[in-house]
Amino acid sequence: MASSAMSEPLLSVRGLTKHFPLTRGVVFRRQIGSVQAVDGVSFDLHEGETLGLVGESGCGKSTTARLLMRLIEPTAGEAIYGGEDIFTMSRAQLRRLRRDIQIIFQDPYASLDPRMTVGSIIGEGWEVHPDLVPKGQRRAEVSRLLEQVGLEAGHADRFPHQFSGGQRQRIGIARALAVRPEVLILDEPVSALDVSVQAQVINLIEQLQDEYGFAALFIAHDLSVVRHISDRIAVMYLGKIVESGVADEIYERPAHPYTQALLSAVPSPDPTITRRERIRLEGDVPSPANPPSGCRFRTRCWKADERCAEEEPALVDRFGHGHPSACHYADVSDVIGSSGQE
Amino acid sequence: MNGDYNAATASGRSPLPPGEPVLEVRDLHVEFRTRRGTLRAVNGVSWSLEPGETLAILGESGSGKSVSAQAIMGLIDSPPGFITEGEIRFRGEDLFALSEDRRRRIRGDGVAMVFQDALTALNPVFSVGWQIAETYRVHRGTSKREAYAKAAELLDRVGIPSAHERLNSYPHEFSGGMRQRAMIAMALALDPEVLIADEPTTALDVTVQAQIMDLLTELRSELGMGLVLITHDLAVVAENADRVAVMYAGRIVEEGTVSEVFTEPAHPYTLGLMHSIPPLHRRVAALDPIPGTPPNPARIPPGCPFHPRCAFARQHCREVEPPLERVGEGRASACHYWEEVKGGE
Repeated sequence: MASSAMSEPLLSVRGLTKHFPLTRGVVFRRQIGSVQAVDGVSFDLHEGETLGLVGESGCGKSTTARLLMRLIEPTAGEAIYGGEDIFTMSRAQLRRLRRDIQIIFQDPYASLDPRMTVGSIIGEGWEVHPDLVPKGQRRAEVSRLLEQVGLEAGHADRFPHQFSGGQRQRIGIARALAVRPEVLILDEPVSALDVSVQAQVINLIEQLQDEYGFAALFIAHDLSVVRHISDRIAVMYLGKIVESGVADEIYERPAHPYTQALLSAVPSPDPTITRRERIRLEGDVPSPANPPSGCRFRTRCWKADERCAEEEPALVDRFGHGHPSACHYADVSDVIGSSGQE
Repeated sequence: MNGDYNAATASGRSPLPPGEPVLEVRDLHVEFRTRRGTLRAVNGVSWSLEPGETLAILGESGSGKSVSAQAIMGLIDSPPGFITEGEIRFRGEDLFALSEDRRRRIRGDGVAMVFQDALTALNPVFSVGWQIAETYRVHRGTSKREAYAKAAELLDRVGIPSAHERLNSYPHEFSGGMRQRAMIAMALALDPEVLIADEPTTALDVTVQAQIMDLLTELRSELGMGLVLITHDLAVVAENADRVAVMYAGRIVEEGTVSEVFTEPAHPYTLGLMHSIPPLHRRVAALDPIPGTPPNPARIPPGCPFHPRCAFARQHCREVEPPLERVGEGRASACHYWEEVKGGE
């Protein structure tokens, strides 16, 4: 699953920024500010690996996904895929890109066209890319895909409303796989599902990844799910990555106070685990329209001082673990009690 | 984990005799009669809550976990919903046998409820302060001035900073966590003996979730309230409840103290749920989910409703529905083969 850091990344994102303008007035619209949804995000995605993007609502993780799909245009930054910048691609290149990068959304009720049969939903991509599957074999290919995601071939003639949430998410996965993507972006793919069904879909994603070898950008707020599925993880706060590294590093040796607070806030389903002291964060996430100066986390951070207000901490490897963190006072601490557990 | 039992006397209520539940649901049956057929949402559910205790009702969507609470609060629209059997007793009085006036009093004073989505539960056109003050004024007959003072005190109590200035704010001006706090403040206005919280943290971020659960736990022990926590989240149950009732297809399938149920589940459904969530503190190779999906309440399978998804199922399970039976001190399971389930772990 994991790939060497030496190999050329499949997707390389640098300085990705999206500021949504805030306007006032109807006739004389003028910009009065901007919502800094994503601000200078950089990461690499390697072939076949899963990168988990975690953070709370408003941290910019879903905006990042929409930018990479070019559903919205960035304010600045680049994303190099196959030697080309996604944001300057020609129409023909974009058509190819949208085959190579597929997305699965959170809401399986809103992301499937209710008037199309499941078979035509799955096969829709072949209308744009007819060379993928010859016309005569499409019916068989839909059946094969349906079976592969745990549905039945006969389901091709049904409509989305005849399926449960978990089944719809499987249909979405089959649709994405139909065009053989290199990169699959999964934006909260299991958050809307029941606990027992979540695990089925997670297992399915892992099994398909082994088989098809796509790289995955897994966006979620559930930290247990992210640890389970990701090779590497990037933690976002208010539009910036504050810490990134190999999954076990992030969970067992988090260095950024926000990561530590986030991990320590996750309740444990096992009553026998005695957790360490929970880090209580005060207040709410500040508005991205008016983020704090310097370090964006400083208004909720127990370590913050004047330096944090003045100087923005860089995302750099501070301990030589290959695990960068963006905090002047970064300090490794095991907050979930990983050591000592079996 | 009993709280301050003087709280009941402080609010002018006589203390309950020890061991007496403050709220009790007995053999409740609720169905929804729709054009597509009758949905049996709740099929003979019984539970009781002691003063100062936290009882979790755990279940997935469609399990009926919220319906008994809605029945207590009189929130089931009829039609299509009908309470066909059962009793709900508050301090020993059967709610359904009382006058409408008395029943409404209990729902305001005795039992209060907070919901998942504070944005829809609060009225968008009135200020938060007004909404809390009005509840207090109507039920307690105080002056407006007093009611507003009480509202400020309550907002402060639930941790809203500069509560006095926030009285005139509208719900949309609050963040998700603050709205949830405001709704809790409103629920506390009449010193309820029981607070029912229906997925109180589901819509919130992890760090805010922890704040709200801490607040509820703190209020419970300080005010001596009983807390009914309705949730789908096993971790929230594990960290906050004393006892848990696990629901499936409108029935309680397992019940007991949280520590016992979670360390040694006696029903395959509970066991399956626990295997479905990845642990945070270590990595597992693959998850071991429950196959299939929860049943449609219009088509609940015969016999044990869980049998189509159960690894322990055999012919007997397809034919005979297992009753919820005592399987130990304060524990019950609705599985023919509970000993096997419990022993296998």
